[in-house]
Amino acid sequence: MAAWRKAREMRDTRILAGSKVAAGKIVEGHDAVALLEAVIQPGDRVCLEGDNQKQADLLAGALARVDVAKVHDLHMVQSGVVLPEHLDIFESGVAKRLDYAYSGPQSARIARMLFGGKIELGAVHTYLELFARYFIDLTPHVALIAAVSADKDGNLYTGPNTEDTPTVVEATAFKDGVVIAQVNEIVERVPRVDIPGDRVHFVVKADKPFYVEPLFTRDPGAITEAQILTAMLAIKGIYAPYGVQRLNHGIGFNTAAIELLLPTYGERLGLKGKVASHFALNPHPTLIPAIESGWVEQIHSFGSEVGMDDYIRARSDVFFTGPDGSLRSNRAFCQTAGLYACDMFIGSTLQIDLQGNSSTVTTSRIAGFGGAPNMGSDARGRRHPSAPWLQAGKEADPDSPPALRRGRKLVVQIGETFGDKNVPLFVEQLDALALAEKLDLELAPVMVYSDDVTHIVTEEGVANLLLCRDRNEREHAIRGIAGYTEIGRDRDAKMVQRLRERGVIRRPEDLGIDPLDADRNLLAARSIKDLVHWSGGLYAPPSRFRNW
Amino acid sequence: METLSYRHQARERARGSKPMAIIGVVASGNLEVLAERTLPGTDCQVEISTAAEGFGAVWEAVVADFVERRSPGGLKLSINDGGARPDTVALRLAQAVRLIEEDDQ
Repeated sequence: MAAWRKAREMRDTRILAGSKVAAGKIVEGHDAVALLEAVIQPGDRVCLEGDNQKQADLLAGALARVDVAKVHDLHMVQSGVVLPEHLDIFESGVAKRLDYAYSGPQSARIARMLFGGKIELGAVHTYLELFARYFIDLTPHVALIAAVSADKDGNLYTGPNTEDTPTVVEATAFKDGVVIAQVNEIVERVPRVDIPGDRVHFVVKADKPFYVEPLFTRDPGAITEAQILTAMLAIKGIYAPYGVQRLNHGIGFNTAAIELLLPTYGERLGLKGKVASHFALNPHPTLIPAIESGWVEQIHSFGSEVGMDDYIRARSDVFFTGPDGSLRSNRAFCQTAGLYACDMFIGSTLQIDLQGNSSTVTTSRIAGFGGAPNMGSDARGRRHPSAPWLQAGKEADPDSPPALRRGRKLVVQIGETFGDKNVPLFVEQLDALALAEKLDLELAPVMVYSDDVTHIVTEEGVANLLLCRDRNEREHAIRGIAGYTEIGRDRDAKMVQRLRERGVIRRPEDLGIDPLDADRNLLAARSIKDLVHWSGGLYAPPSRFRNW
Repeated sequence: METLSYRHQARERARGSKPMAIIGVVASGNLEVLAERTLPGTDCQVEISTAAEGFGAVWEAVVADFVERRSPGGLKLSINDGGARPDTVALRLAQAVRLIEEDDQ
């Protein structure tokens, strides 16, 4: 007779083995290695929760210390490769294959290990794409997750940084996998149930709180005048004419500058209530002045941000919060919101080529994609209209009958023509292509494809690629705002002038932007301390951002 | 230090009547621009003293575009550069002209 419940039996066997080091569901921190050796089997697909911000660091450390004779050749399926331990396990042979989405702080080491053949790479994904595969062909056998607190039945409170946890648990627990959570404390009753206890098989007590990376804090003190000019161009050249109310911002200084100009420059332009009112966004501290000035109606978040918890709690009209008052974030839902319910993505990048493809990969660093390609792409399944979406669709395709014409999401890349260390933003060819060749990848790691990007903004102006009718126009629209990079200096002045007359390129003087306004005094907050003042003392910045 | 000098004919004279304007700071990655209304007609002169050597071609392009876009006729602009990026240079030059064109308060 065919066996149809093998996976369930296997799960029961794993739980039985693990329960030998547990009291009920509770496992002491020093028994974490023994627990993992009992539960995990060679060749398992394992999700070690490394999110954009929250890290299951105790379990990562334990996995790095297991006996490689017992646990080896694992297939790691996790969104973030962030901690050194996430790669140590590939050096030791505990893990062999990797499917992931983001590797910020480990981007240089992961590149070296891929070149050295230490990691068998499945693919680099976007968050939504990897989450989707958890339910189709990358379902974890074991999930190692992080939460703030648990009760003895395994009910979990994930706190403001819920992030990926519900998605990981859903895929694992309902497909006969084993879920192991590290928690900061065991309590009688959790403040709210983020993960029901019947989906959690073991709870490991950590002796210190899990690590959270403050990824979204930008010090207003570091914003330059060129960034302020670029931000003014974005506000006056894109936010205003399209009337963009629903949007996502990237994490760079350019979008931080935009956030800090809304209550000053945006107010002066009469845009309050007309733009930037609904966000899919982490709680950016630089958005505090706009929130306090009444610009922002609603924000749904992928995760939280260090120091923002009390502020969020006191502003529940704006943020999504639980019955306990703290933020409820959810990366999968927020990514979906960014893809389908936002009319604009605006973010920085490292390299843009002559057709507008962009990438954050360089030949020595593979940072992964994270969520930007989900935000920064046109959702082909979208069916609801909105003014900016219809307007963008019309600009791209003026001749089709309106009722049959798709709208377009505004996908905006923003940056100065020269980045850190005078590295030009514009290149003939993306480093991603050289990397793909070197690693024998079938696809080059492109962050935003040229057919998705609609606008590029630099201090030189706004290029509207929707209005370009062929490759040559696109190329010169990009050269025209590439300033004094080699790409920019090779522009054909006459061609650029014609594009300017058609509004494909708009310079600061075309938009009536006064260069004297590009002054740090135009920022609603000029320091982290100003942000604390704006928040009424509710924002508590991490110590490395305090200089008082 | 490198010294560069460029002479151009602008389309028209800079507006306003202020004799001079100064903007920016001499700091690493920044620059100071002094604008003086001392030249006849639509003459424009840009004198650059820079800490970063070997960028003559970029300066030439930045200055030519600046004259084309801002028409600073009658102005002599003296730049004391601390190795600023071209985007910062272009911004400061535009600001200097705007400042000298503003009416006296």
